[in-house]
Amino acid sequence: MSDYIASSPEELQAMLDSLGLKDLDELTDHLTPAVLLQEDGWDLPSGMSEFEALAKIKKMASHNRIYEDLYRGAGAYRHYIPSLVHALAGRSEFLTAYTPYQAEMSQGLLQSIFEYQTMICELTGMDVSNASVYDGATAAAEALLMCRDPKHRRVLVPSSVHPQILQVIRTYGEAYGMEIAVLDCPNGVLEEAVLREALSEDTACLLLQQPNYFGLIEDAQTLFAAAAEKKVKGILHINPIAAALLPSAKEVGAVIAVGEGQPLGMPLNFGGPYLGFMASVSSLMRKLPGRIVGQSTDHQGRRAYVLTLQAREQHIRREKASSSICSNQALCALRAAIYCSAMGTEGIEQVATHCISNAHYLAEQLCQKTALKLKYTGEFFHEFVTVSDVPSRVLLKHLEDHDILGGLPLNDHEILWCATEVNNKENMDHLVELIGEVAA
Amino acid sequence: MSQLIFERGGQGHRGVALPQLQVPAYTLNTPLRTEKPQLPSVSELEVVRHYTECSLRVKGVDHLFYPLGSCTMKYNPKVNEEAANLEGFTAIHPLAPQEDVQGCLEVMETLEHYLNQITGMDAFCFQPAAGAHGEFSGLMTIRNYLKRHHEDQRTVVFVPDSAHGTNPASAVMAGFTVKQIPSNAQGNVDVEALRAMADETTAALMLTNPNTLGLFEKDILEITQIIHDAGGLVYYDGANLNAIMGIARPGDMGFDVVHLNLHKTFSTPHGGGGPGSGPIGVKKHLIDYLPAPRIENGQIHENCPESLGRMKMFYGNFGVMVRALTYVMILGKEGLRKTSQVAVLNARYLEHELSRRYDMAVDQPCMHEFVMTLKRQHQQLGINAMDISKGMIDRGIHPPTMYFPLIVEEALMVEPTETEPKAVLDEAVRVLNELLDLASQDPQALHACPQMTPIGRIDEVQAARHPILRWQKENG
Amino acid sequence: MSVVKEGLLYSKSHEWVETLPDGTARIGISDYAQDSLGDIVFVDMHPAGEEVEAEGALADVESVKAVSEIYSPVAGTIKEINEELIDAPEKLNEDCYGNWICVLENVAGLEDLLSPEAYSEYLTTLE
Repeated sequence: MSDYIASSPEELQAMLDSLGLKDLDELTDHLTPAVLLQEDGWDLPSGMSEFEALAKIKKMASHNRIYEDLYRGAGAYRHYIPSLVHALAGRSEFLTAYTPYQAEMSQGLLQSIFEYQTMICELTGMDVSNASVYDGATAAAEALLMCRDPKHRRVLVPSSVHPQILQVIRTYGEAYGMEIAVLDCPNGVLEEAVLREALSEDTACLLLQQPNYFGLIEDAQTLFAAAAEKKVKGILHINPIAAALLPSAKEVGAVIAVGEGQPLGMPLNFGGPYLGFMASVSSLMRKLPGRIVGQSTDHQGRRAYVLTLQAREQHIRREKASSSICSNQALCALRAAIYCSAMGTEGIEQVATHCISNAHYLAEQLCQKTALKLKYTGEFFHEFVTVSDVPSRVLLKHLEDHDILGGLPLNDHEILWCATEVNNKENMDHLVELIGEVAA
Repeated sequence: MSQLIFERGGQGHRGVALPQLQVPAYTLNTPLRTEKPQLPSVSELEVVRHYTECSLRVKGVDHLFYPLGSCTMKYNPKVNEEAANLEGFTAIHPLAPQEDVQGCLEVMETLEHYLNQITGMDAFCFQPAAGAHGEFSGLMTIRNYLKRHHEDQRTVVFVPDSAHGTNPASAVMAGFTVKQIPSNAQGNVDVEALRAMADETTAALMLTNPNTLGLFEKDILEITQIIHDAGGLVYYDGANLNAIMGIARPGDMGFDVVHLNLHKTFSTPHGGGGPGSGPIGVKKHLIDYLPAPRIENGQIHENCPESLGRMKMFYGNFGVMVRALTYVMILGKEGLRKTSQVAVLNARYLEHELSRRYDMAVDQPCMHEFVMTLKRQHQQLGINAMDISKGMIDRGIHPPTMYFPLIVEEALMVEPTETEPKAVLDEAVRVLNELLDLASQDPQALHACPQMTPIGRIDEVQAARHPILRWQKENG
Repeated sequence: MSVVKEGLLYSKSHEWVETLPDGTARIGISDYAQDSLGDIVFVDMHPAGEEVEAEGALADVESVKAVSEIYSPVAGTIKEINEELIDAPEKLNEDCYGNWICVLENVAGLEDLLSPEAYSEYLTTLE
């Protein structure tokens, strides 16, 4: 058994002696006796060695199934993660540091967050970025709050947004006293006419996801322009890989860009830790929640970095703060920054191009060689929805039997597929062949 | 001056290459970006040098003593990292079929069982990504419970004046009104004031125990009774759980909802500010009102009609849960109790040694942390808590939490944790006494600290008045 | 020792009022206020057009580690805000009597304010 206690029993005793105490139990003798936990009051196994614990954990991990090939996205994407991402972000200096309150001994961390903020600004086209929030869905929820004022409490969201994002913003919206109005998307994307119909005097903002849950590309520019006519703010939830190719959030007229940063160097990890990124135009800078790093100088005029605009935050504003966020996803933000550096603009563009090309190849092959059809006609990025008469579970089961995790079943006959740069032609051809066996 | 990654490399420098595309390249039929994002243009070695160099200008628990009060900066065992990075976890898609993710659910349910035992609660939800997110989720659970019991008039949440700022901020986020509870002269909740304030509008009381002064609320049973009698619920902020594992349980003290910080008490690394994990635990009567989905018996139950809804995508910061589980398994029952006992011993010893020359905020036996006040030195010598902190940096110790709790002037909040050996504590005493000597002999020298760091004290006023929040060629 | 400027009226919450010939009033903060606020890094002013009551909030003033509200010493309607402060909040520290925060119209409640002498007297009770 390890207990990570560094003092020897003799040293512990010496400390107890200097306090005039006999043993460790005496330390808590002053506690209300009625609350003291009895030996048999709780049930927990005895400790074990590191070796034994790791064996047990490995056993648990072995109860999960690792697929040879994978075509499922829907908010969690498998991309290639260069080896250096883990090697650098895993350095114990980064790993075991706290939030950089003491700037002089955290310059490397503060600088890397400042660089991350710059990269997020570049990807989104926005002016300012925070140091990260919990995930893409909570980023969207925090963005709604930035748009709220007493006269504007209605939020428009198309049904083409990820259902889990919708669920999260409903929860947050309910707390904030904001009404979430969900707009129908029969064609998989939000139509301008539907939006115009829904815009009202009390609408605060319109949230779009780009590409949306079905993989389709929304006409964000037109939609945000229609919203802006009614002074409704635009929030764009973007996939950071797609952001390398698609018009930036700023270009399409959004005032806040948020998104899930997981594709930038984070493994699937059963859904977390991931990374919420958040950026805005400069006029909303002081409404951004969470940590923000700024550049300044030290007393000798040397360039230096420090947590700034802190008067927005809960530790100063307390009940008047607009968000309670304190810890964020710093290490994930670091991973994203390392990933972006390793890939560069060209590299991420290439990842995006590979994703689109593979996804379109797969869609085309499935439509040509099997009974599957595309549900929507709109342009898509790296995900698409198929329909078929053969039940989804039959198609997917056949793939699973061949060690392939297929797309996400949306219902009995629709499947949401995803291809990224890590899927290759040979494997995709194999998948198409297998689907053809059950849905010719 | 340290270069930014944008100032390294140059045109044409490329990092990692992708394989050749094997299918026809597809060009989108929708508009594309007109302006390319300007990401760094660096080769692989340049990336490695850059971030290695950055890491050398960050100090973590692996370097030095980090007695940051309320943050529980204990040693982060390396085995936790190995466990969390097993491919059997990292390669698992969150929306894979349930039968394929049984190992992940086993991790969560085993950890839930252990946390129930440690806290005396009946169920945990792991969605919250950090402590403040746990508070928000916990209060939303309370709000949901009250609403479904037609108790909408209960809108007031009590928060002690010594509480962490996230408490009142989370309560307001969840739609409540905050009322502050005063502390008495001993630093505990003023029970009579609380009794006078509790009524039919009371939704909840948020409390951390031991409190932020490091004191165990001796009247805790009476406090929770007052709130329950008034019809409210009691919320436990688990920031200070490291003091009481195996000694006392929030569940037995009358708390209805708790949040824990796996990144504090359960040894998962802080990562420079996250990711953390802030699971919330509840008593039986609140289980149905927790965030959805609920994970039970190897199944993910999406359909939870009484649930408040979803707080986060998927199931929470899973990787952090694996680390915490590994830690609890290794320590076991005896190890966890000893952990808290030694956390208290280390704090009590350090407080005892320091109290020879430093003033303590209260004259009570501390639990796992204590608060010093530099008020006297500030008046007599013109040096403050910040000066002492910066002097500690030069002497190889991370400063304590400064200027918190707000009810103590010139506060330094010290939490040594159980993993530090006696010699480190003795050295800290030597350093802190030396700094007081310096303060009286040469206060200017103390004001000039830190000197040993890559940069000195930073102009924070300038940073906030004219914010520069991103790199641009012209401001480099 | 804080400077109290002649020719202005003051409130106990440390704002000054300058009545203008057209019946409007300029509002600012006193030297005592700027000194206790420390280095001001941002001023968040309520917008023109908003009606305020006496002791109602006019602006949030941020320093690096604190936020404080500036209260209106009189009732009125905000006619104009001093937009220079948005980019240069330090002006409130440098010259608190030369830089106003806003101009109010439809002013009421001037009779409750303190003369410079009375305000100086009040300040001595705080020290």
